[in-house]
Amino acid sequence: MIAPHFPVLQVVLPLLAAPIMVLLRSGRVAWVLATVVSWAALGIALSLLAQVADGSVVSYAIGSWPPPWGIEYRIDRVNAFLLVLVSLIASVVVVYSRASVAAEVPREQHYLFYTMYALCLAGLLGIAATGDGFNLFVFLEISSLSSYVLIALGRDRRALMASYQYLIMGTIGATFIVIGVGLLYLMTGTLNLADMASRLPQVTETRSVLAALAFLTVGISLKLALFPLHLWLPNAYAYAPSAVTAFLAATATKVSVYVLLRFYYSVFGESRVFSALPMGEILLVLSLGAMFIASTVAVFQHDLKRMFAYSSVAQIGYITLGVSLDSATGLTAGIVHLFNHALTKGALFLLLGSFALRLGAVKFENIGGIARVMPVTSFGIVLGGLSLIGIPGTVGFVSKWYLVLAAFDRGAWWLALLIVLSSLLALIYVWRFVEAAYFREPDETVAKLKEAPAEMLVPAWLMVGACIYFGLDTGLTVGGASQAAAELLRSGR
Amino acid sequence: MTIAGHFSYWITIFIAIAGLYIVIARGNLVKKLVGLSIFQTSVYLLYIAPGKLIGGTAPIIAQQFQLYSNPLPHVLILTAIVVGVATLALGLALVVRIKEAYGSIEEDEILEQDESLSSEPR
Repeated sequence: MIAPHFPVLQVVLPLLAAPIMVLLRSGRVAWVLATVVSWAALGIALSLLAQVADGSVVSYAIGSWPPPWGIEYRIDRVNAFLLVLVSLIASVVVVYSRASVAAEVPREQHYLFYTMYALCLAGLLGIAATGDGFNLFVFLEISSLSSYVLIALGRDRRALMASYQYLIMGTIGATFIVIGVGLLYLMTGTLNLADMASRLPQVTETRSVLAALAFLTVGISLKLALFPLHLWLPNAYAYAPSAVTAFLAATATKVSVYVLLRFYYSVFGESRVFSALPMGEILLVLSLGAMFIASTVAVFQHDLKRMFAYSSVAQIGYITLGVSLDSATGLTAGIVHLFNHALTKGALFLLLGSFALRLGAVKFENIGGIARVMPVTSFGIVLGGLSLIGIPGTVGFVSKWYLVLAAFDRGAWWLALLIVLSSLLALIYVWRFVEAAYFREPDETVAKLKEAPAEMLVPAWLMVGACIYFGLDTGLTVGGASQAAAELLRSGR
Repeated sequence: MTIAGHFSYWITIFIAIAGLYIVIARGNLVKKLVGLSIFQTSVYLLYIAPGKLIGGTAPIIAQQFQLYSNPLPHVLILTAIVVGVATLALGLALVVRIKEAYGSIEEDEILEQDESLSSEPR
């Protein structure tokens, strides 16, 4: 009876939970509510994924207004995959966040933290679920505004400045997106993305449509932190509370990648974006820039969170590299890396949160020898780091394997070489952690530290475990990604 | 297809660029937000102007009316205005907190304070 409403319920539940949390004004109740809605969203997402696994599309008309006039929620294999990813990360992080937030956020603000968390989750799920261009913008702003607040809750006063800068860049990005959607609306007379796609061929050669593509590309690239539009990301990730960093790093940029894929493949169509225009080449160059320059910058960071934030920019480069190759294998590689990187970075930032809980700031100079007092956390970071490098047996290897395959498919052996070379840069910054944590003598402060509490270690290790598990059993991830890729390639025809 | 015929687009582009320029060129955090709001305002015009037909009325079906203006852009932009107000409010709230924490709302002075902080020994 309630199952037909799943597409909208998954967004509405966290959206309704948020104002209830504000009214109740209790940190504990808010946490319970946030946990319940996150897990409920995960359950719904899984059931939706099962429904669309055979390639069917679930269309839900909000308020029973039939599309294209009403707002349509449209779930296919691409966004069902993403909904599972976002709600999975949210469910794991919310369990972790209780202890972490208690240490990092003032007590009287706890209920506000979970309110913003629920709103951000609602926004991200909404972006993924909706099939309406303007609705997408609204959810984008819901998730963005709440994430600015979440970042500003960081202990360091630099969190305020980071949040402000993200607000400026993010709003410019969102406004670019809404300009792009507006131009498409002017040309096609519809906001429904599927309807838009069917009407675009009549006006495809006009300058307005090209301008729309340009605005959308720049706007979405700002949100997904594509090099060189990534400048907001390192500070935002570095100074936000640990749970927020883990949540945003694993979901926000990934959802933006999905929006890019949706517009490129489902609305404009692959041939219009990649064959008629040099978008593939542009993306390729920017992705390579991200992989090498951001990784190099990461090597020279003092703060671990900042280092892994720059590493995120580099890893996003791998995702867009897969997209830029414009082939089924390339797209599969991009989508599978989207999933894999979310797991890896989620795990790493959660584990860094355990250090932050005990140490305050997580800098290289004050973690010397920390592996002796916090062995479980440290070993988790090493495993996560191996996945970033792409060692066989981890998820990072799976993504890079498919990226290299896609490069060879295209006959670009030099690209395969560059992918491997850039992985070596990851080796350097992961090694810096190993060197500091394992081979240095602990100083007095470090020697007195205790291991992080189990309620933080268990969620973090769940993610680490997933990094290993999906590195060995690729059926679900690569299978899901290649189906999603096929769906995207088909939808643009 | 004359310049005058595209009058509303020229205004839109001018407002958008003026707003973006303020965001980029000004170091004062409040002025940046003002620029951002001006930039967002240009989008309102971009949506609403093409929906208006000269002589068109609200879409009420009646014998004496033949021309209707499109009401949808107005509704969309009502939402966009709400989003813009929320963004501005949040931005200004952040500026208040920044002023409390740093004692300044000039970007270069704030970055200078952070620089000197990070170069000091712990």
